[in-house]
Amino acid sequence: MKVLVPVKRVLDYNIKARPKADGSGVELSGLKMSMNPFDEIAMEAAIRLKEAGQVSEIIAISCGTQACQETLRTALALGADRAVLVETDEALQPLAVAKLLKVLVLREQPRLVICGKQAIDDDANQTGQMLAALLGWAQATFASRIELGTDHASVTREIDGGLETLSITLPAVITTDLRLNEPRYATLPNIMKAKKKPLETLTPADLGVDVTSRLTLLKVAEPPARQGGIKVNDVAELLDKLKNEAKVI
Amino acid sequence: MTILVVAEHDNQHLKAATRHVLAAAQAIGGEVHLLVAGQHCAAVAEAARALSGVACVLLVENDALESAGAECMADLVLSLVHDYTHLLAAASASGKNWMPRVAALLDVAQLSDIVRVDAPDTFTRPIYAGSVWATVRSEDTIKVITVRATAFEAVAETGGSARLQKVDATSDAGLSRRTHLALNDSSRPELESARVVVSGGRGLGSAERFSALLEPLADKLNAALGASRAAVDSGYVSNDYQVGQTGKIVAPDLYIAVGISGAIQHLAGMKASRVIVAINKDPDAPIFAVADYGLVGDLNQVVPELTSAL
Ligand SMILES: Cc1cc2nc3c(=O)[nH]c(=O)nc-3n(C[C@H](O)[C@H](O)[C@H](O)COP(=O)(O)OP(=O)(O)OC[C@H]3O[C@@H](n4cnc5c(N)ncnc54)[C@H](O)[C@@H]3O)c2cc1C
Repeated sequence: MKVLVPVKRVLDYNIKARPKADGSGVELSGLKMSMNPFDEIAMEAAIRLKEAGQVSEIIAISCGTQACQETLRTALALGADRAVLVETDEALQPLAVAKLLKVLVLREQPRLVICGKQAIDDDANQTGQMLAALLGWAQATFASRIELGTDHASVTREIDGGLETLSITLPAVITTDLRLNEPRYATLPNIMKAKKKPLETLTPADLGVDVTSRLTLLKVAEPPARQGGIKVNDVAELLDKLKNEAKVI
Repeated sequence: MTILVVAEHDNQHLKAATRHVLAAAQAIGGEVHLLVAGQHCAAVAEAARALSGVACVLLVENDALESAGAECMADLVLSLVHDYTHLLAAASASGKNWMPRVAALLDVAQLSDIVRVDAPDTFTRPIYAGSVWATVRSEDTIKVITVRATAFEAVAETGGSARLQKVDATSDAGLSRRTHLALNDSSRPELESARVVVSGGRGLGSAERFSALLEPLADKLNAALGASRAAVDSGYVSNDYQVGQTGKIVAPDLYIAVGISGAIQHLAGMKASRVIVAINKDPDAPIFAVADYGLVGDLNQVVPELTSAL
């Protein structure tokens, strides 16, 4: 079975984001960009299913600027068989990405799409669910375990009170949570091999999708700052402060 | 403007998050309706009539909704939402699961996890693990929104007298079925709504020490227990304890971080707490930058000392 894995290029998780001086967006120039960590987990899940003989082909997809080629090359080095870039300079909202992915799903006919549960830049947590809805497919979000059958998948999900296991009908969309696996690193020989793997470039217009944003970003700003605190010397002083100054106990 | 808020409940009790979402709805303005959808959940709807500021409680009872699968919930909400200007739910594991399906099927953008209502069409939400806040205006005819509960003061539990309207709606796409549910039953307060949270990180070193040191402290303070991602990944506690960007968002009166370094992803989930205490042996740990009271020391000594002094 074919699996499709969308991957997003985001500011590396180790870098603290800052607003641009004019508040028009987040400062990204000159900063390290990486594959969204949840998408690395999604790639890893797909690769393990392929290694187990349950998946025949992995197609990585990225929607965004030309620089996303780099993210796709990483996906190819990790184990994707081929890649598709939907290239645009528009700032894409999750709904637009879901529409682009839908057209690619109809073209590629995968039985499974594995997405990260959220991108760590916009923290939206929407794309996988939207894609599933547009396709009329089942979904299993926040997955910490996947068992793939031929017509169904059994997926354990991280929910507020604990864990839930769903049996979902295939084709379906699964989104990954942190505990699903620990992603591998790309090895140097695989990075070299990835350069020869096919990477197709399309545009939203090729796919017949209007990606115009429905949301207007008015401003980006620092959140309200916390007042700095103090260091206390010992437990007695801590208790005194909590009782008499903060009055929380 | 008429706003539909979707209640979060377990078929017996309304979850606290619902009252915070209602507060966000009231900040938008207009008439507020509350949808209680579930299996044998009439008691929840009845109790919800008393919530302050709710004009109408819609009750849908349907066996397929027992586990509120995303496909089912989305179809149901979609069938009811057309007369409304705004659709709101908590940015909980449940709201996050089904709400984007509704937005996609309505062909509208979703605003996730709002922390402020700037105007009926303009909202502020944290992005990049809360390092920055974005203010966004929506041009869509129906605004589809998930709300960060901790950012809004809950409406009162009493004082309202909403009318109750039963709605017949069946929806079962049959695409997914729950085969197992493992809820961690705990006698402790719920993490998201507790007044005090004691949270542990990798510094605890093992599951045994996590419980041996933090449970007695939490008992004394009637606190909920939380954890960093590292503590969950290491198996000290289960996934639903995780506080942070990709876990739970909490804002208790008192948050005690024990053996947690203070990565941005963790701070994203607890920075809005009223008072933060950090216990860490590294004086340069970033957690101290957000702590009101920092105590540099070995948690193996400090925590038992604190517990016995309480
Ligand atoms: C995509 C993504 C999402 C993430 N989401 C989250 C999230 O939601 N929540 C989250 O918490 N993290 C999240 N993280 C992980 C985050 O980046 C950090 O790795 C994590 O928070 C670290 O946990 P920690 O502070 O327990 O561990 P460490 O960073 O290892 O810190 C342990 C601390 O314990 C102290 N310590 C050790 N021994 C003692 C002792 N005896 N006495 C006192 N102090 C001691 C050390 O000085 C240190 O400061 C995410 C990361 C990624 C990439």
